[in-house]
Amino acid sequence: MIGRIHSFESFGTVDGPGIRFVVFLQGCPLRCQYCHNPDTWKAGGEEYNVEDVAARVLRYKNYFGENGGVTVTGGEPLLQIDFVIALFKLLKEKGVHTCVDTSGITFHPEDAQSVAKHKELLEVADLFLLDIKHIDDEACKKLTGHSNQNTLAFARFLSENGKKTWIRQVLVPNITDSEKSLERTREFLDTLKTVEKVEVLPYHTMGVVKYEKLGLAYPLQGVAAPTKESVEKARRILRG
Amino acid sequence: MMQYKGWEGFVPGKWCNDEIDVRDFIQHNYTPYEGDSKFLAPATEATKKLWEIVCDLSKKEREAGGVLNADTKIVSTLTSHGAGYLDKDLEKIVGLQTDEPFKRSLQPFGGIRMSEGALEMYGYKIDPQVKEIFTKYRKTHNEGVFDAYTPEMRAARSAHILTGLPDAYGRGRIIGDYRRVALYGVDYLIKKKEEDKLAINGDMTPDKVRNREELADQIKALGALKEMAAIYGCDISKPAETAQQAIQALYFGYLAAVKDQNGAAMSIGRNTTFLDIYIERDLKKGLITEEQAQEFIDHFVMKLRIVKFMRTKEYNELFSGDPTWVTESIGGMGVDGRSLVTKTSFRILHTLDNLGPAPEPNLTVLWSKRLPVAFKRYCAEISIRTSSIQYESDDLMRPEMGDDYAIACCVSCMKVGKDMQFFGARANLAKCLLYAINGGKDELMKDKKTGKPMQVSPEFSPITSNDALDFNEVKAKFENMMTWLADLYVNTLNLIHYMHDKYSYEALEMSLHDTNVRRFFATGIAGLSCAADSLSAIKYAKVYPVRNEDGIVVDFRIEGDFPKYGNNDDRADELAVWLLKTFMNKVKSHYTYRDSIPTTSILTITSNVVYGKKTGNTPDGRKAGTPLAPGANPMHGRDCNGALASLESVAKLPYEYSRDGISNTFSITPGSLGKED
Repeated sequence: MIGRIHSFESFGTVDGPGIRFVVFLQGCPLRCQYCHNPDTWKAGGEEYNVEDVAARVLRYKNYFGENGGVTVTGGEPLLQIDFVIALFKLLKEKGVHTCVDTSGITFHPEDAQSVAKHKELLEVADLFLLDIKHIDDEACKKLTGHSNQNTLAFARFLSENGKKTWIRQVLVPNITDSEKSLERTREFLDTLKTVEKVEVLPYHTMGVVKYEKLGLAYPLQGVAAPTKESVEKARRILRG
Repeated sequence: MMQYKGWEGFVPGKWCNDEIDVRDFIQHNYTPYEGDSKFLAPATEATKKLWEIVCDLSKKEREAGGVLNADTKIVSTLTSHGAGYLDKDLEKIVGLQTDEPFKRSLQPFGGIRMSEGALEMYGYKIDPQVKEIFTKYRKTHNEGVFDAYTPEMRAARSAHILTGLPDAYGRGRIIGDYRRVALYGVDYLIKKKEEDKLAINGDMTPDKVRNREELADQIKALGALKEMAAIYGCDISKPAETAQQAIQALYFGYLAAVKDQNGAAMSIGRNTTFLDIYIERDLKKGLITEEQAQEFIDHFVMKLRIVKFMRTKEYNELFSGDPTWVTESIGGMGVDGRSLVTKTSFRILHTLDNLGPAPEPNLTVLWSKRLPVAFKRYCAEISIRTSSIQYESDDLMRPEMGDDYAIACCVSCMKVGKDMQFFGARANLAKCLLYAINGGKDELMKDKKTGKPMQVSPEFSPITSNDALDFNEVKAKFENMMTWLADLYVNTLNLIHYMHDKYSYEALEMSLHDTNVRRFFATGIAGLSCAADSLSAIKYAKVYPVRNEDGIVVDFRIEGDFPKYGNNDDRADELAVWLLKTFMNKVKSHYTYRDSIPTTSILTITSNVVYGKKTGNTPDGRKAGTPLAPGANPMHGRDCNGALASLESVAKLPYEYSRDGISNTFSITPGSLGKED
């Protein structure tokens, strides 16, 4: 089984609990305006065997301690869901904690095959970091180019299947920080049973350089990072 | 039935049975502490006032261009100066290097030229009589070394393939067991040394004569130590009776060492668990409060912060500042499984809050997985707030060094009072590789007479082809060149340390060691990652030599990519391991001065910048003059798989081949260590 990989980070500390080996998979269907990894959008990447990637992760097992492990992110890692399942199977055999950082975009609730595939993933994934881009569908389309329906359905799917979930919300001034939409998100979260944590990630401009390198226009030109107060406020609302 | 009043209340053991055994005293008497930091007391008014005086003097010193005052006439000895104070009425722990704070002492025994030059740089002039004495009548270490150096040693030195050699300044790195002064009192220590001296009898071989002379010097130094304390109105002939006396006596021991020697690193040992025993005894008796205990420690640390030496600007450039390496080793685990963390381990770290962050003393936590959780948390808190703690792996060092070792300088461990070392700076392996390619001609230096590239080693056969470098050919030549370099390096150090013992013997520090001391011969390596990447480039990419008009390879053209050390990639990492093992095995094959045990370190923490300046273009694509990586670090920007991959590469270097320490400089912002919740 081959995976197309953008890069590895052996000392990930912000994508899931503990110290984590982070695998960045190449390719993403979304075009989030605030994306700080636009270099992972296009198909391509370097090809790796799943066994080699697993071996690479296992070299750091000593560092994982009690709650660390592996996180796959991207890009959208579930574009390569078969690879992720194969990788996690190998790692679960060795007792590694597994985590997926996803937008849930690949989940099609009406498609039995998609549901079955995601169910197979759930068996080997311990934790999901689910990024709700925007609770309002129209706003979501504007922000990411896609509807939020798959994402919300995936959240319910995780809840129904008893899978631990951390919800992530990137806070962008004037786009995702309105009190009203944050409250709506909270209401949605109240319908879920397995949300363990809600993370508010303040928008930052560290990705701008990458856009320049790729020759892309930066969609959020001139938008500043949110203030500390507004981040605190968003946390208060979203954590209920 | 305790012999001394100072020993009352202590659990007896081997330590008080006609022996000197501080570790045994600690093991019988210390109280491990598992609790948190809530008991700690803030700075007292006296502490605050004293610290203001220090801050004010520091400011004035900076404004004066780095030196506030310097002695130009009185040669520093233990008793050369009258008492000096910050504010006599407020100080709980007293003693300065000279009679005034921030007045740097004159220490010419290592080399009069260094003393003179350093003074001149800061606008002072050495007293002509002192200069005359140390040029005409009293030989220095520096003069001795240069009298005996071979032409080849001089060439290697000026080409900087051997760098930072302690041939013009004090070698340092020796840690006296300053605790002995407090626990036994000086009279007892003198008595034991006299016994040792009496025992050296029979055929007076040069070794025995030297040993008897050194012991005589040690005994005199101990006598001078008592006199020095008396200048401050203290009697340290008997064991300390209180915590304050114990800290004071221990500090006097250290103060005597820095009055006597201006070594590159003047580390202080492993003292907090020892001192905690005295503090606990006084607290239990109700003699002192926690505020007072903290005040003693604060004042002690304050004194360590203002240790200063008169050094040249080049010296300070080499070390990026004005370091003294007053390393204090804290915590660690005992071999019996109890933690050696005590309340005083907390108290000394708490000085970073009470007095604010500072690089000195170099507070070094001996880290073990099994340290008490509350202590680990406290260390992390203080690190986040002050970035002023150094950590070293106790789990790695303890198996070989036991539980009473301390760190000299930054990574070099020795059993306190039982081991010493001959500090040996470092050999530049990146440059050695260039010599292998050029047959021992320096890539940068010209011979002053001929104007042609300087031949530093004997003429080895260079690489003559202009095709891509052949890995096996380069490796074989490199190994030959390392054979030459290791030989020259070890013998240069043999010569240097002979002269240091002869002309600048550390009598006071050695009087606080066992007479039958274990000696280490501490060599060092610079440019490890650069040499490893260069070999990797030659092996996995195509590297073409570029020659100048003299036929010297001065640059390289690289085609293709190659694995780089620092990415947990065995292909590159095993080359670094090969370099270390090969070089160390060559070092080991030589006679080392006074039967010392050869060790090596990979620890250039700041001097890598200066060493890089003296190293030409290298086959890994590094440009001439740019820095080598510090210590065992990967070359800057070449590790691209995150911190752990980089650390794993470093961790592959076998510690048993680099027992004097491996350093990896690693900076990280608190935010990248995870989120607060």
